Amino acid sequence: MHAVEPAESPLTASWGKLGMWVFLAGDAMTFGSLLAGYGALRAGSLDWPDPTKVLGIQLTAFMTFLLICSSVTMVKGLSAIKHGNPKRMRTYLLLTALGGAIFLGLQAYEWTHLITGEHQVHFTTFGGQKSLFGATFFAITGFHGAHVTGGVIYLITVVLLSLRGKYSADNFNGVEIVGLYWHFVDLIWILVFTFIYLIPNPS
Amino acid sequence: MSGTHQEPNYMAVFYSLAVLTAVEIGVAYARFLPLLIMGAMLIILALSKAVLVGMYFMHLKFEKRTLGIIAMTPLILCTLLILALLPDLTGTKRKSQTTAVAQAAQEEAAPPAEAQ
Repeated sequence: MHAVEPAESPLTASWGKLGMWVFLAGDAMTFGSLLAGYGALRAGSLDWPDPTKVLGIQLTAFMTFLLICSSVTMVKGLSAIKHGNPKRMRTYLLLTALGGAIFLGLQAYEWTHLITGEHQVHFTTFGGQKSLFGATFFAITGFHGAHVTGGVIYLITVVLLSLRGKYSADNFNGVEIVGLYWHFVDLIWILVFTFIYLIPNPS
Repeated sequence: MSGTHQEPNYMAVFYSLAVLTAVEIGVAYARFLPLLIMGAMLIILALSKAVLVGMYFMHLKFEKRTLGIIAMTPLILCTLLILALLPDLTGTKRKSQTTAVAQAAQEEAAPPAEAQ
């Protein structure tokens, strides 16, 4: 059984956690609409470029792995503060933020190559021809990248708050909440990876 | 430490996610698979990974049911959205079909123009 603190949210251990979950549910609907819109445009298009031939799978597979690793450092950080070790927690949270920062660097590298490379993937054109491929690709991966950016800033904020002694073995709610956000960003990438990168066109 | 649950085995979840990702890459490279089977496998793998992250990293498995319902709401709404989009997509899957549809539409549109 879960012990609920008195005068707290009836749904979860804290209002803050409930608030984050409601935000994430709304955010998930935004991502869901973007992905559904992408699916409709792609399925209805006569000349959709084959993403498995245009986008590199190796690099993005590594980026996927990186986010999974950063999710692990995140839970390790939460575990550290639950055991009353804020220093260890800060190390793990900084590692998580570092994972996110490397992810963003790789995404910038990937975008640069797609925009200037042989396929000339631009927002409204593909190789000089009108195409919505770039629009959907940049909107979805960009929206996700914006979430990673926000997550890195959020994680660093939590580390700074921890330096001022905000979190302890009895008060780790804020760390759990930043964790929820970070794992959500990882979860979304898992779906983006499959739908944007892995599923090929009919041959 | 009241209010905490027993910690799940995070490393086991991590290894499962890593293995599932490796399987995904393997499936994506298995070009001999028919598209429907490959797509279904990839989506099932991705959803399993998403469920693992949600259940264990986001602790949904250890939360109250109401929170699970909040978490499931977008999934239900997105399913409805996809169903709403489906009528627009039937018949446009293949180029040949679509061309045929477009030709039929042109032929349908032609007679009234002649009548005028």
